[in-house]
Amino acid sequence: MKIGVLVKNVPDTETKIRLTADKQGIETQGVKYVMNTYDEFAVEEALKIRERLQDGTTVTAITLGPERVVETLRTALAMGADEAIHVDDPAFEGGDSLTNARIIARVVEPMGLDLILGGKQGIDYDAAQTCSALAEALGTAQALIAVELKWSEDNQSLEVRRRIEGGDEIVHVKLPAVISCEKGLNEPRYASLPGIMKAKKKEIKKVDLTGVGLDSAEVGASGSATRVVGYSPLSERPECRILEGEPVEIVKELVRALREDAKVL
Amino acid sequence: MTNDILVFAEVREGSFKRINAELVSAASVLVDKLGGVVHIAVLGGAVDGAVEEARSYATGKVYVVKSDVLDSYSTQGFASGLEAVLKECDPAIVLFGATAMGKDLSTRVAARARGSLMTDCTELDVEDGALKAKRPVYSGKAYADVITTKATIKMASLRPNIYPAAQKTGNLADVAEVSLPITLDQIGAMVKEIVVTSAGRKDVTEAEIIVAGGRSLKSEDNFKILEELADVLGASVGASRAAVDAGYAPHSRQVGQTGKVVNPKLYIACGISGAIQHLVGMRTSKVIVAINKDPNAPIFQHANYGIVGDLFEIVPIMTQQFKELLAS
Repeated sequence: MKIGVLVKNVPDTETKIRLTADKQGIETQGVKYVMNTYDEFAVEEALKIRERLQDGTTVTAITLGPERVVETLRTALAMGADEAIHVDDPAFEGGDSLTNARIIARVVEPMGLDLILGGKQGIDYDAAQTCSALAEALGTAQALIAVELKWSEDNQSLEVRRRIEGGDEIVHVKLPAVISCEKGLNEPRYASLPGIMKAKKKEIKKVDLTGVGLDSAEVGASGSATRVVGYSPLSERPECRILEGEPVEIVKELVRALREDAKVL
Repeated sequence: MTNDILVFAEVREGSFKRINAELVSAASVLVDKLGGVVHIAVLGGAVDGAVEEARSYATGKVYVVKSDVLDSYSTQGFASGLEAVLKECDPAIVLFGATAMGKDLSTRVAARARGSLMTDCTELDVEDGALKAKRPVYSGKAYADVITTKATIKMASLRPNIYPAAQKTGNLADVAEVSLPITLDQIGAMVKEIVVTSAGRKDVTEAEIIVAGGRSLKSEDNFKILEELADVLGASVGASRAAVDAGYAPHSRQVGQTGKVVNPKLYIACGISGAIQHLVGMRTSKVIVAINKDPNAPIFQHANYGIVGDLFEIVPIMTQQFKELLAS
């Protein structure tokens, strides 16, 4: 089986997000970039499939972005991916998810992948569009927010358990397919020290605008139908009223306030 | 292209979801500026009831794609049906709920139509023909203001519980039947079963009231005291990541980063300290009540009402008093 894994380099979950003075972006100074949390589940799942099949299955990590994102490809290689592809060109700058998915589609199409895994969303822009848009561009099946994969005997189809409101959907999926991964799917491994050393030496394949065969007007900001015009901070919350006294009295006052002042009951 | 808006109606188990009426309400505000009407698309197998419901909300038409192929949800089947509706209806904007189904379908359809898509929006507006949205980014640590920049079809998914449900128009809209241009053998992924994991309780993303617990609950068993309070209030039960990681609650209930983002009228945080990863998931709740032993817990900086105390003492008293109140 040929497996592709989409990975993204994003600010660590612990990051305090501060906006730049002109509100056009976030302060990147001091921000630690790591592999997107959900992509770790995708890499792990791909490696587990390769380990189970033992048939020469390959795992290729793919990312799109500026030079700094190479670090996330190294992380994927250190975890055990066989190959890595870095899709980058100055013309790609400012592209939205649908546009970037079209670029990635051009890269993966000739690879003849059976399965593409990715995180359920990037924890930076939280658009949750890339996997689905890629499936559309490739004309394959999709299953998003997967928490369990159960394979058929011939490994040509699988049942994906995916999270929905109030329960799970069991989706029967035929390969080729794109599947996005949710927390709970597996426990991502840590890269081993030998793995990290080996990953440093591995060649990372580069693909640019010419490589994907698209016109510069079709990619980046000019190719995208949406644009971020600015960022705003979270709204302030009202000051907290601490209720004091005996527990029964406090609760009585809380119930009254929720009903009469806040009018939420 | 018309100046109309098409709302994709989510139908589950034959019923018209509340989010659909919220989308109609958001669409009504936008069409007033555009000068168009609001159409609703209903797709599925057994959808007659939902179609009747949709007719009482649409100011334009109700486009219906009814087929056995759509008995179970499939991204490709529904995308194909909606694509056929778009050809008939030619709207300027299409709105989806930012739900599992809405998010699954909207991207596929937007990509196919070469349109624009803004997911998980919390505010929508139109200006000079462009669709403007506010949407949370960085797991809810900031908002991005996004606009559409091309004349192509514009799509957005809207979070639940933001707009009020629309009032019915008092009329019944006309129905336009659209045939499905795809067959079963062309569909590579199809839902074969739905497993309900929160029997009798709404999902945290859909709940109007949430009672949530943190690691200080100390065990799965102790979550029962939150369940009891939730039962009285008709609420959902949420949990912090710490409680989920400790095995006290399932991940489907996790609120915050790597969990769900919720937006209820009332959020009661019990023994949750208020780590940033949790706050980003519940900070937009209308009213937040925090119960915590530690007076310095960050949760108090975000709550409307705070009780410094032992949740094991406070919560049962709350259950008792709400029960008395709601019985009266």
